[in-house]
Amino acid sequence: MRRRRETLKNPQQELRVFRMRSLLAVLVVICLTGLLGGRLFYLQVVQHEVYSTRSEKNRVRVEPLPPTRGLIYDRNGVLLAENRPTYNLTLVRERVEDLDATLSLLVDLLEIPAEEVKAFRVRSRQRQRPFQPALLMSDLEEEQIARLAVNRHRLPGVEIQAQLLRYYPDAETMVHALGYVGRINADELAGLDTGNYAGTHFIGKTGVERFYEDELHGQAGLRKVETNARGRVLRELGRTDPVPGEDLTLTLDSELQKLAVELLDGRRGSIVAIAPRTGEILALASVPGFDSNQFVTGIDVASYRALREDLDLPLYNRAIRGHYPPGSTIKPFMAITGLKEGAITPSEVIYDPGYYQLPNDSRRYRNWLRWGHGRVDLERAITVSNNTYFYSLAHELGIDRIHDNLTAFGFGQRVAHDVQGQSDALMPSREWKRARFNQPWYPGETLSVGIGQGYLQVTPLQLATATAVLANRGHWVKPRLALRVGEHEVPVDLPDTPPDITLSNQAWWDSVFSGMEKVVSGHEGTARRIGKDLEYRMAGKSGTAQVFSLGQDQKYNADEIKERLRDHALFIAFAPVENPRIAVAVIVENAGGGSTHAAHLAKAMTDAWLLDDQPDTQQLREVLEREDSRVAGG
Amino acid sequence: MSWSELTRGLRAHPVKPSLSGIARRRSLWARIHLDPWLLGMLLVLMLAGLVVLYSASGQRLPVVTAQAIRFSVALAVMVGLAQLSPTTLLRWTPPVYVAALLMLVAVELIGDMGMGAQRWLEIPGLIRFQPSELMKLAMPMMVAAWLSRQPLPPRWRDLMVCVAIIGLPVVLIAKQPDLGTSLLVTIAGVFVILLAGLSWRFILLCSALVAAALPLLWMNMHDYQRQRVLTFLDPDSDPLGAGWNIIQSTTAIGSGGFWGKGWLQGTQSQLEFLPERHTDFIVAVLGEEFGLVGMLAFLFLYLLIVGRGLWLAGTAQETFGRLLAGSIILTFFIYVFVNVGMVSGILPVVGVPLPLVSYGGTSSVTLMAGFGILMAIHSHRRLLPR
Repeated sequence: MRRRRETLKNPQQELRVFRMRSLLAVLVVICLTGLLGGRLFYLQVVQHEVYSTRSEKNRVRVEPLPPTRGLIYDRNGVLLAENRPTYNLTLVRERVEDLDATLSLLVDLLEIPAEEVKAFRVRSRQRQRPFQPALLMSDLEEEQIARLAVNRHRLPGVEIQAQLLRYYPDAETMVHALGYVGRINADELAGLDTGNYAGTHFIGKTGVERFYEDELHGQAGLRKVETNARGRVLRELGRTDPVPGEDLTLTLDSELQKLAVELLDGRRGSIVAIAPRTGEILALASVPGFDSNQFVTGIDVASYRALREDLDLPLYNRAIRGHYPPGSTIKPFMAITGLKEGAITPSEVIYDPGYYQLPNDSRRYRNWLRWGHGRVDLERAITVSNNTYFYSLAHELGIDRIHDNLTAFGFGQRVAHDVQGQSDALMPSREWKRARFNQPWYPGETLSVGIGQGYLQVTPLQLATATAVLANRGHWVKPRLALRVGEHEVPVDLPDTPPDITLSNQAWWDSVFSGMEKVVSGHEGTARRIGKDLEYRMAGKSGTAQVFSLGQDQKYNADEIKERLRDHALFIAFAPVENPRIAVAVIVENAGGGSTHAAHLAKAMTDAWLLDDQPDTQQLREVLEREDSRVAGG
Repeated sequence: MSWSELTRGLRAHPVKPSLSGIARRRSLWARIHLDPWLLGMLLVLMLAGLVVLYSASGQRLPVVTAQAIRFSVALAVMVGLAQLSPTTLLRWTPPVYVAALLMLVAVELIGDMGMGAQRWLEIPGLIRFQPSELMKLAMPMMVAAWLSRQPLPPRWRDLMVCVAIIGLPVVLIAKQPDLGTSLLVTIAGVFVILLAGLSWRFILLCSALVAAALPLLWMNMHDYQRQRVLTFLDPDSDPLGAGWNIIQSTTAIGSGGFWGKGWLQGTQSQLEFLPERHTDFIVAVLGEEFGLVGMLAFLFLYLLIVGRGLWLAGTAQETFGRLLAGSIILTFFIYVFVNVGMVSGILPVVGVPLPLVSYGGTSSVTLMAGFGILMAIHSHRRLLPR
């Protein structure tokens, strides 16, 4: 070995080889460095724009600044919907050292229910990026915030976030007039301007909150912020301030609205009051209501089911969606129709034997008074609510003319300007019946419509609207809920206002009004009980609506059937007759006590509005109880 | 300019005592066995590295101080090793290699788990280090020592021994598992063989074999290692997971542009979008804040260091020293290439720091130890007849 190495080792040769190889290595090194240089040139010069943009997108985040929702006031400046700051407890998972220990400490401190903790764990898993706070508890109380502040050092990663939440100070009373906001759902999101709603979590679901959503919401702003890789905001680079939503002033009078709800006194029903000259809706009450504040934060399943399954249907807005047969309250409108069509004159008299018979038909259509009212002219027919007169009138007019003229009063239509979700109820016609039942119209059905029964259905809002048009002597003003949007007055003559109803003789209006005035103040009036100490001239018309139709010649006793099958009591009124300032429609479901019950409520409303004094509701309640028992007993 | 042209001047005028100033300094440097040019360039690199590190660490001065202390230790090690003569080095090579090998076995048996891989060996209270770092020097030393005793170019039988010398530690390191280091250690050994004059036929044959063995390597890789390769091929397949590093580092470099965003002004680095910004990915901070100009300046500095190193290697008298010095300096370049290549997205992510810039103690000490050996080889000249 040794010898061989000695002979073969050649230092000169080795040095030459090494230098050759080194030279080669230098070339390779230069090539590889060139490759790196080329790559860097590509990244930093050729593709610089691409990476520059990417780096900016990393660094700069655009955060939406949601606008503050406009407030809602009543006509006198009473706050009906406000934004209340609430405090939510959130956890940033990445900043919490020991999640279980932190949670158990929080549970002890704040007495958080176990379900909330469970829900938090779900939410925490569903976050979209790290360092995103997850909600643990919403709407903290002041004491809880104080306890958190004291223990702050023990709770890293626990944060309190402020948020403005819609709050309705008098929710139960106002809910059906105002509507409410709730969390935006997937369907609503699809139809929204996502840019403007990027930071908004709530949207008007019903009522004016929904109708005036665009105005109330305002314009979102945005701010560009620099964030680090963990999403923490380091500084603001620029901002566009949001434009707050416009405040809304309603035509509602919160006192009158409150009174309406109080008057209904827990009975199912509705009261709508309109100022006839301006169309301003003064009260839009539907009882029972519910606490809409629950819907703002998100109602729990049990409470929602309870509301849904409540037999009194608190979620149901009776004032604008309730379908009721108008009963005898339709008679003044039938009278105008007859006068307009020339079927009757005020002086024409008929004889009422207690029933009406169609030609060649043995069936007797009964007057409510079995023995009849005898000689009846238009005025008396309204005052005593004579059925026979209106059977005869209806038969003479025919369903086509009735349909056209009652439609002119707004029945069967959605005429209110800004009432979200109003129903058109039902104004029947030949065409409707053909389409609906594939049957011809029968003459007997015209008679039913003539006294506000049969297929005819109206909403309290429609009834109040028609009453207002009647009070205006046929002049149409669209009813509306908004007085001002921001600084902008909502005009009285709104587009698409139906044409006025004109009579060839203006005095004929007075004949109808006179009949209605005697309803409350005449000795024969069906609601004469309320007219005793009237301080102004009031025109009214009572009505009862049968809940189910009864067979011929069958008188039913309110005592014998369940409360829910009793007649609905209706009353329409306007006052003062010479210069109407308020028109009211009252519907009390299953009142039992007959139309007088509703009449008392209507008078309390007009009293409150015209005399500016609060009626004694306690005394009224006693009166009503007495009357109910009297009627029920007799 | 060819090598012989370059070296002609040196051969013609070995030392010029008449140029008194330089000659005195040279003799002073020679006495302390340091190469002033190489040392100067290394110091410039370290200082520039500290400047970048201050920015990359999120402007934390303690990090910079710690690194400066490590640099001092590394410089001391370098100066110390530079005093050893190549003969001494050669004598110590086999025991050092065997010791390093034993430590690797020890790591395999009792090693500390660090970063998901067994890499660290700890003598509690005393010292904690990675035997694989030691092997980075011990192994090329051993290969060079073996080959220097054999006639060159190496023959088959010698190669087999070299393969054993390289293979044993590489297998142990790869098992830790530390694929990056095992590859770099292999390369260090292979450089020795290449510089020793391995025949081209053989080189081609081996390249073909390695290419054929790639599927085998793939099958033996850990999941995370395979993931790295896949991510390298398509970073956008997992932009928030495995692809994040490479997307953010290329974004940082690319957004730097020609002049860079300025020191401490890199948004990718300062806002922590860049992962491992002060260790393996520090070059992205450099690229972002100092732009193409800064990057090229650094690459040029590295080129100068490599050039000077190869020059020193070429002037070594002994085959052992020559081969070792050449391997050390070329391996140094490979570090630079792999690191910059990885961060700029032309190589898969391998845990290789940027020499003397990335934060980290062990690697800078190893590197400076290598430069110490390099200087030792160069400066200890026996007066041989030409």
